[in-house]
Amino acid sequence: MSGFLDLFRPSTYGKLPLDDGVEWFVKDWLVPNFRPAFRAIQAPVDALLDSIDGFLQAVPFPIFWLVAAILAWRIAGRGVGILTAVSLLLIDMVGIWEETMTTLAMVITAVAFCAVAGVPLGILAARSDRFAGGLRPVLDIMQTIPTFVYLVPIVMLFGVGMVPGVIATIVFALPPVIRLTNLGIRQVQGEMVEAGYAFGATRRQVLIEIEIPLAMRTIMAGLNQTLMLALSMVVIAALIGAGGLGLTVYTGLGRLDVGRAFLGGFGIVLLAIILDRVTQAMGAPTPAQANGWTFRGVARSLLGGRGQKAEAAAGQ
Amino acid sequence: MQDKIVVKNLYKIFGPDADKAAELAGAGKEKDEVFRETQGVVAVNDISFSVQEQQIFVVMGLSGSGKSTLIRCLNRLIEPTSGQIIIDGADVTAAGPSELREIRRSKMAMVFQHFALLPHRTVLENAAFALKLRGLSKKDRNDKAMRALEAVGLGAWADSLPSQLSGGMQQRVGIARSLAAEPQILLMDEPFSALDPLIRREMQDELIGLQRDFKTTIVFITHDLHEALKLGDQIAVMRDGGFVQVGPPQAIVTDPADDYVRAFVQDVDRARVVTMGSIAEQVEPIVLGRDDLASARRKIAQAPYSALPVLDARGKLKGLLSEGALAEGGRPHLERLVPDEMQTTPEDVSLHDAFSLFAKGEPVAVLDEKGRLAGIVDPQAVFSHLSGGDAPEEEQAEAERPAAPTAPSHDAA
Repeated sequence: MSGFLDLFRPSTYGKLPLDDGVEWFVKDWLVPNFRPAFRAIQAPVDALLDSIDGFLQAVPFPIFWLVAAILAWRIAGRGVGILTAVSLLLIDMVGIWEETMTTLAMVITAVAFCAVAGVPLGILAARSDRFAGGLRPVLDIMQTIPTFVYLVPIVMLFGVGMVPGVIATIVFALPPVIRLTNLGIRQVQGEMVEAGYAFGATRRQVLIEIEIPLAMRTIMAGLNQTLMLALSMVVIAALIGAGGLGLTVYTGLGRLDVGRAFLGGFGIVLLAIILDRVTQAMGAPTPAQANGWTFRGVARSLLGGRGQKAEAAAGQ
Repeated sequence: MQDKIVVKNLYKIFGPDADKAAELAGAGKEKDEVFRETQGVVAVNDISFSVQEQQIFVVMGLSGSGKSTLIRCLNRLIEPTSGQIIIDGADVTAAGPSELREIRRSKMAMVFQHFALLPHRTVLENAAFALKLRGLSKKDRNDKAMRALEAVGLGAWADSLPSQLSGGMQQRVGIARSLAAEPQILLMDEPFSALDPLIRREMQDELIGLQRDFKTTIVFITHDLHEALKLGDQIAVMRDGGFVQVGPPQAIVTDPADDYVRAFVQDVDRARVVTMGSIAEQVEPIVLGRDDLASARRKIAQAPYSALPVLDARGKLKGLLSEGALAEGGRPHLERLVPDEMQTTPEDVSLHDAFSLFAKGEPVAVLDEKGRLAGIVDPQAVFSHLSGGDAPEEEQAEAERPAAPTAPSHDAA
């Protein structure tokens, strides 16, 4: 019976060599032909990562601790400020400070590139339904495909090390900022956009003066999600040679060293909580936002965000 | 007065096959039929009108009548399907993108129903928005915006955020934003519909004052008939994308073009719309120095009333002379008769505001702009006009008025 039904199975008649095809595509076409191009992509990531990591490693612990705690306090309130201060103390006390800074540098680099690429893509998607329609399946694939699948071609194209780890992180963490930028701009009330055009704004002016500021909360929520995804990628990125807390976890796993693996996880969780709380507060209407994202506005809210009236009077 | 805006055969059709729909609509097919045949929605259907300089032109219609589409066609926020929009002799529909932006920046400003203020900008920055787009320096635009804010009474709130203001104040900012650019034309899309009735009335009064000060031509959209009657120099009643009737407020109320308009205006308090000037009857007055007792008696006998106004030789109103006073006799000279004091009123006062003048039950003199006698209004005529009035008499009164309506009747408040 089953022999009869096998007549209707396509595999009885032949095999579609998809795996061979992909193998050929990546190994024999993509890598030899485009390796230099991919190397070129690598360069700016490398440069940014190096400088951030170098800077974070060079800053003495007490100064970093103080600045981070004050920033968290001013942006997200006293509770988050205290949480940050205590968490950073703990991270240093358990002996994973250097690894944490490396991970932080990787995450910041990945998020920076996600923002630079994702926000414009989201804006384009909001402008054009056709572009949004084409982009959507790509984003779906980026979010659902297991990360291990694209680790292999990334290693082939970029080699191993920190930078390929960051690039894998960018691929993994990019979708939310694109999706939420698109959503945020589409949600801006029609009347607001009309008002812009009615007063003679160009498309660009409407975008800069109206759409982006009004979508800022949603865009920030997207960046927050991107940041969280980037952090969750840290351990996987360690598989292809990225260092930091991921490596701590990975080596702990390799040596069945429960304590060491736990330390890495502990650092990642604390870092995640701090970054999440602070960036969420940046998206909510805080004094900084009420004062505007100008240098003076931010400075004003950092210095205590006293009554706007007084500040405005002083400013005039 | 010059025509500031002239609109000719304007069509706006939403849908897949606009050309065919326009053809059908042009051939006089109903909106529903056009939709059935082409899936096209005729939002603006062959509209032509003109607005004179410094007039308030009110477009009144219910939701879905196409009035919002119409006003957006004027500054091409919505691109008209066909037709012409001519402002100061130049065709706006032919303007290229940069030319159109220039028109929007300097000539035509817009006020929105839900204010459309930028929540992250201060009141002053909002008011300066159009000027910023135009590229003015910060100081220049803040100066101008501040003046506009002061004109709407919000100078003290310049550094607040819009969210700290009440609805009425926010719309004042919206108006200041449009005035700051010193536009010649103000497009107002139901600007007061989102406000409380009391605030709405206050804003209407203020708009009239601002319009006088800034000398703008205003196209005003509303679904509120009373607002239309109060503000409009000309009112267009819109239905299914077309104008049903265009005319001065009084003509809409007293002489509705069809049952639709009639149903609309049936609840209107006519006393607030009908002006004394429009119902004044011309009479032959008694003129001192020209008439003697006998001719005065004769004139009163011929007149529909038992009293007539008395003018001096220079045409100035002296008072009211009644038949009874003449009959008392004994005094041979008309000049010696002291006429009773006569109540007077300008032409543009509504019946409602003139009621108290009729307290004595005597006719009231209506004076024109120069203070000359334009006619008199008998108390009985007031009642007959309130109940619907005699059509012929009204037409006559209408004909006597200047062709262009003069000062609008702002007295309904």
